[in-house]
Amino acid sequence: MTKEQVEQVKNNPKYQKLVKERSRFAWTLSIIMLVVYYSFILIIAFDPSLFGTRIGDGVMTVGIPVGIAIIFIAFILAGIYVRRANGEFDELTREVREELGDIA
Amino acid sequence: MKKLLFIALTLLLSVAAFASGTIDGEIQKQPLNISAIVMFLIFVSGTLGITYWAAKRTKTAKDFYTAGGGITGLQNGMAIAGDYMSAASFLGISGLVYMAGYDGLIYSIGFLVGWPLILFLISERLRNLGKYTFADVAAYRLQQAPIRTLAAFGSIATVILYLIAQMVGAGKLIQLLFGLPYELAVVLVGILMIMYVTFGGMLATTWVQIIKAVLLLSGATFMALAVMSHFGFSLEAMFAAAVKVHPKHQAIMAPGGLVSDPVSAISLGIALMFGTAGLPHILMRFFTVADAKEARKSVFYATGFIGYFYILTFIIGFGAIIMVLNNPEYLDLAKQAISGGSPILGGKNMAAIHLSHAVGGNFFLGFISAVAFATILAVVSGLTLAGASAISHDLYANVFNKHGEVDEAKEMKVSKMATIGLGIVAIILGIAFEQQNIAFVVGLAFAIAASANFPVLFLSMFWSKLTTRGAVIGGSLGLATAVLLVILGPIVWVQIFGNETAIFPYKYPALFSVTVAFLGIWFFSITDNSDRAKVDREAFEAQDIRSQTGIGAEGASEH
Repeated sequence: MTKEQVEQVKNNPKYQKLVKERSRFAWTLSIIMLVVYYSFILIIAFDPSLFGTRIGDGVMTVGIPVGIAIIFIAFILAGIYVRRANGEFDELTREVREELGDIA
Repeated sequence: MKKLLFIALTLLLSVAAFASGTIDGEIQKQPLNISAIVMFLIFVSGTLGITYWAAKRTKTAKDFYTAGGGITGLQNGMAIAGDYMSAASFLGISGLVYMAGYDGLIYSIGFLVGWPLILFLISERLRNLGKYTFADVAAYRLQQAPIRTLAAFGSIATVILYLIAQMVGAGKLIQLLFGLPYELAVVLVGILMIMYVTFGGMLATTWVQIIKAVLLLSGATFMALAVMSHFGFSLEAMFAAAVKVHPKHQAIMAPGGLVSDPVSAISLGIALMFGTAGLPHILMRFFTVADAKEARKSVFYATGFIGYFYILTFIIGFGAIIMVLNNPEYLDLAKQAISGGSPILGGKNMAAIHLSHAVGGNFFLGFISAVAFATILAVVSGLTLAGASAISHDLYANVFNKHGEVDEAKEMKVSKMATIGLGIVAIILGIAFEQQNIAFVVGLAFAIAASANFPVLFLSMFWSKLTTRGAVIGGSLGLATAVLLVILGPIVWVQIFGNETAIFPYKYPALFSVTVAFLGIWFFSITDNSDRAKVDREAFEAQDIRSQTGIGAEGASEH
């Protein structure tokens, strides 16, 4: 790719939109995942008894549903990303490549 | 020639399998398990059949390294799960749940949460930039020889450490489950793995992974369902029964002693998360799919399968507490007489295996044993292929052979020779490490992956100011720090070398070694004023465009 071509791609408004929106989306989801996981780890490190608190009269503790929920959150976040990336963002990528013609 | 060798190896294998029936007198913990051996032989002949089929379709280097790039997202997701759900995580995590309850879940979650991050930040860029190995991506705009040498070194180190752990685990497990001698088991695993990879390349390896993933997930599902049906599908009832019989009682429902201090907790989290994103055999899987879309799908499916699997292991661990813990059939009575308590036959990692007998009798025990063996085979095949690719594609084709065109046929030949070499090394190390404490080995593999492979790969894709010098020095510092801190840490320094106290107090070095790697890369990049640095930085924009849009990316091959 020549310098002129790089400039041409960078100046393409759809390319700019793709990069900006996808980065923001990917980093937002990453931060959600990191916050969820490290909150979990820090609670275990600093206040493990919190997860040992019982729910209701049985043996079930707060930690079990929280732990299982994190597994589901990981899967759901992955699903949310793939849905938008494989739909909206891939469509945008296709349009960008169409507009760029020769380069792509 | 190829066919002849294939037949010869198959013969050798059947002789080995036959001979195993006649060798006894070794210290064996279990009698020969016929149903397990029969089911395992079915698995082996099926996968060898696939290898034969795959060998006919593996003609070019692209076929060999990436199965032609034509694997679908769902297939690749299964195969990634197959690569990742090792026997260590199946038996180890269910054993941990059996011993400590909740702590097992903490491990599982750490192993899982790296996946969404790989999806959001790495998978599609990796697919768009790379060809066969992750070094293709790391060295995309940097100077080939030094970066590929570093990446190959990191890959081979990770692969060999991981192989040692798998081989020793395989030997012990097979000794216990099948009643075969340790050395024979290690040699069998080594020969089979060499056959899958040299003849069938990535295509055979992928299908071995997929079959194993299906078998493991079905077996684990059956066990979890059997446990749950015992309690009318009530989690509360299951937990209540476990709390009642477990010596730790209610404590198994809360975090215990696994991660006691904040530094260890965070360090373990970093090792598991970034280590996953730096494992060469996992990263290589992204080049087997046609495009970024399929790459994303594969991580989504993999996350689902792996998450589901960890939920199953949690139920299986609790099931074992209830059905195995106080059942004299599974207890090591000799050991109990000496040390008291209720130790189970073969140690805590056998909890899931005994549970399979408790819920499904001898037949199902045979099935799960065969699945555990198949799991090890699949994982070592993926590892060996990744290690061989680092040797042939990174070192041979791009470092030693930088002058002139690389002959593809010759590169493939080197790759196959490297596979055989790695297989032999794995067998020798597997036997050499039989009596060693290998608890540190997988931790070290993850630490190296997180501290050397991951930072270089990540910054090469995200940081425009990265230079060759920064990547090489920072990556090497990360690698050295990880190795040094593991040696000075409690497992090697105290448990293996027998010193009083550890010089480095934490079991997991990742927090420190990853920080050293990132700081090192940053510092030696920003202070780099060489001509090469200018080239490195200027090439970022074009690389970024390719990574964002896939313009110029490798496609799937025609067939």
